[in-house]
Amino acid sequence: MPQMKFLAAALALCAAAAGHAADIKVGIALDISGPFSALGAEARDGFELAIEKLGGKLGGQPAEFLRTDFGGSPEQANQLVARYLQRDKIDFFTGPIGSNAALAVGPALFAAKVPYLSSNPGPSAYAGDKCNPYFFAQYQNDTYDEAAGKVANEKGYENVVLIAPNYPAGKDHLNGFKRLYEGAVKDEIYTRLGQIDYAAEIAQIRAAKPDAVFFFLPGAMGINFVKQFVGGGLKDVPLIAPGFSADEDVIQAVGEPMIGLLNTAHWTHDLPGEANAAFVAAFRKKYDGRYPSVYAAMAYDTLMAMDAAVRDAGGKADDREALLKALKKPSFKSVRGDFAYGANNYPVQNYYLREVGKDADGRLTNKLVGTTLEKHQDAYVGACKM
Amino acid sequence: MDAIFVFEQLLNGLGYGLMLFLIAAGLTLVFGIMDTMNLAHGSLYMVGAYVAARVHEASGMFALAVLAAVCVTVAVAALLEVLVVRRLYRRDHLVQVLATFGIILIADDAVKAIWGVAPLMATTPAALAGPVQLVDGLPYPSYRLLLIGAGLLVALGLYLLVNRTRIGMLVRAGASNRQMAEFMGVRVGGVFAFVFALGAALAALAGALMAPISSVQIGMGEAILIPALVVIVIGGIGSIRGAFVAALLVGLVDTAGRAFLPPALRAVLPPSVAADLGPALAGIAMYVLMAAVLTLKPAGLFPARA
Repeated sequence: MPQMKFLAAALALCAAAAGHAADIKVGIALDISGPFSALGAEARDGFELAIEKLGGKLGGQPAEFLRTDFGGSPEQANQLVARYLQRDKIDFFTGPIGSNAALAVGPALFAAKVPYLSSNPGPSAYAGDKCNPYFFAQYQNDTYDEAAGKVANEKGYENVVLIAPNYPAGKDHLNGFKRLYEGAVKDEIYTRLGQIDYAAEIAQIRAAKPDAVFFFLPGAMGINFVKQFVGGGLKDVPLIAPGFSADEDVIQAVGEPMIGLLNTAHWTHDLPGEANAAFVAAFRKKYDGRYPSVYAAMAYDTLMAMDAAVRDAGGKADDREALLKALKKPSFKSVRGDFAYGANNYPVQNYYLREVGKDADGRLTNKLVGTTLEKHQDAYVGACKM
Repeated sequence: MDAIFVFEQLLNGLGYGLMLFLIAAGLTLVFGIMDTMNLAHGSLYMVGAYVAARVHEASGMFALAVLAAVCVTVAVAALLEVLVVRRLYRRDHLVQVLATFGIILIADDAVKAIWGVAPLMATTPAALAGPVQLVDGLPYPSYRLLLIGAGLLVALGLYLLVNRTRIGMLVRAGASNRQMAEFMGVRVGGVFAFVFALGAALAALAGALMAPISSVQIGMGEAILIPALVVIVIGGIGSIRGAFVAALLVGLVDTAGRAFLPPALRAVLPPSVAADLGPALAGIAMYVLMAAVLTLKPAGLFPARA
C-alpha cells in the first residue's frame, strides 16, 4: 500500500510542521559587519551563551532563535524586520547595536505588536514622546554620560572637549554629559559615524587645551581614537568616557595606554551578585577566558528577560497583554542586580564608575570603583504618555 | 586659531593627499593610457590592506608585510589582467564599468570568504607608535610622518620613471595619443600590462600603509575609490602630475573642511544646527572643489591629451 505510506508520511510532515509553527520565535538582528561589528560580535556571544543555558527554550517552551547579520545599516535592518514579521512571524525582537537601527525598525514592530527588548540602545525618542509599550530598554543613552559628567565634577575638571559620532546616540550621549557636568564645554565635535582617522579632530583638541576629553566613540572608532590620541602625544590629557568607549573590545585592542581611563556603566563584570558571577564564569569558560563586555551582558540579560516573561505569561507568547505585563515586572535575576522599569519601560537602576587596570593575572580589564548614581532614572520619562 | 594648529592640519591634509595620490596615479594611468575604466582598482587597494594586516599580525615585521602586500596584489592584478581586463580594452566604457563592477562584488565576497566579515584591526609598527616632537608644542605621530615620507618618495620615483626612462616615454606616448604610438611601433600590449601592474602595486602600497590608520574591512575599496576618481577628474585624466596636484588639493580641502568648517559654523549658528550642518558641509567640500575646477578647466588641471 504505497499510497497509505505516502499519506502517513505526509501527515507526519504536516504534524511536524504544525508543531514547528507553534515554537516561540525570536528575531535577532546582528551587527556582525558594519560600523558596530566588534560590538555585534560581543552581543552574539552573549546571545549564544544564553541560548545554551536556556537549552534552546523560552519559559520551558521550544523556541527558535533566528540570527541574521544586517551590517549596521538602518535600511537593511528595516528589510530584515519586514522579513522576520511577514515570513517568520516572530514573537520577540532584539539585537541591533545602533540607535539609528533601533529607531528605524521600531514603528513596524510596534504596529505588529511584537515586543522589542533592546539588547543595547536606549534612544531618547523612545524614552520620551515616542515611548511605546512594546519597547523595553536596558538603559537610556544619556544616563551613562550623566554619570560621567558627575565623575568629571568630582575630579575637578573645569573645562572639557566632547567628541561623538554624528548620529542619534551621539547627540544623546553628549547631551547627557552636559546635563550634570558643571564646568565649561570648550568644544563639541561631531564626526562621521564609522570615522577611523581622527587627525583633524585631535589637532582641534590640542589647540583647545582642555582639562579632560570626554569621548563617546564605540567599537573601532574608539580604538582608533585612543591610539591616535596617544600617538599624537596627548596622553597627559585625561580621557573620560561612557562604558561603551572603554569596554573589553577597546581595552584589548588599544592595550596599555588604556590604564587609568575612567568610564561609567550600569554593569561591570566584577559587580557583586550571584547571577552576575555565574554569567561571567560561564562566559569566560566558553570564550577562552576573556571577560564579557557590557554588550554580551545585555544580550544575555535580554534572553533571560524573555524566558522569565514567557514563563510568567503561562508558557506562551501569543497572549500579548499577559506577555507585556510579565515583561514589565521582570522576575529573573539580572546580571546588573536589582532594577525596576519606569513608566516609559526604561529601567531605574544604579550606574557605576569603572577604571581600566590589571586583574590578578595581569590581564587588562575594567575594575569597579564605586557607585556614581543610585536608582537613577532618565530625564525623558516625563514626556512619555503611555 | 594658532599657527601650530594650522600647520598640523596642513600635515594631516598632506598625508591624506599623498595616499590618495598613490591610488589615483594607477587609476589615471590605466584610464588615460588604456582608455579603460577600472572600478576594481579599489578592490586591489583592499587586497593590499588585508594582506598587509595579516602578514604584519603573523610575522610582526611591517616591512615584510608591505612587501608581501605589493607582491600578492600584483599577482592578483596580473591574473585579473589576463582573465578579464585584457578583453575589455577595445570595448566601450559601459561594458568596462559593468565588468569591473562585477569584479568588485566578487572581490568583496572572496574577502568575506577568506577573512570573514568582521573588520581586521591593523596595528602600527611598535617603533612608530609614539609621537615625534616636530616643533615646540606639536608632537606629531611618527607613523604619519612615515606616510608623508613614503608618499613623497613614491611620487618622486614615479616622476623619474615617467619622465626619464624609456618605458616612461612609451607610457607618455600611449597617454597622449595611443593610435599614433601604435603606428610608431610601440608594443602597446606590453605597456598596458606594465601599467596595470604598476597601478596595482601603488594601490597595494597605499592599502598597506593606510591599514593601521584606517579600518581594514570589506567595502574600504569602494569608499576610497570615490575621492580617487574625484582626484583624476580634477587633475586631468592620464596625467601623473595632475593626479599629484589634485590629490594634494583634495587632501587639504577635505582636512580643512573637517577642521575649520565646524568651528567656524559654531561661531555664527546655534550649536545644534552647526552640529548637523558642519559635518555635512565638510563632506561635500571636495565635490565643490571639483565643480569649481571643471567650470574653469573642463578637461582638468593638466590634461594629458592637449
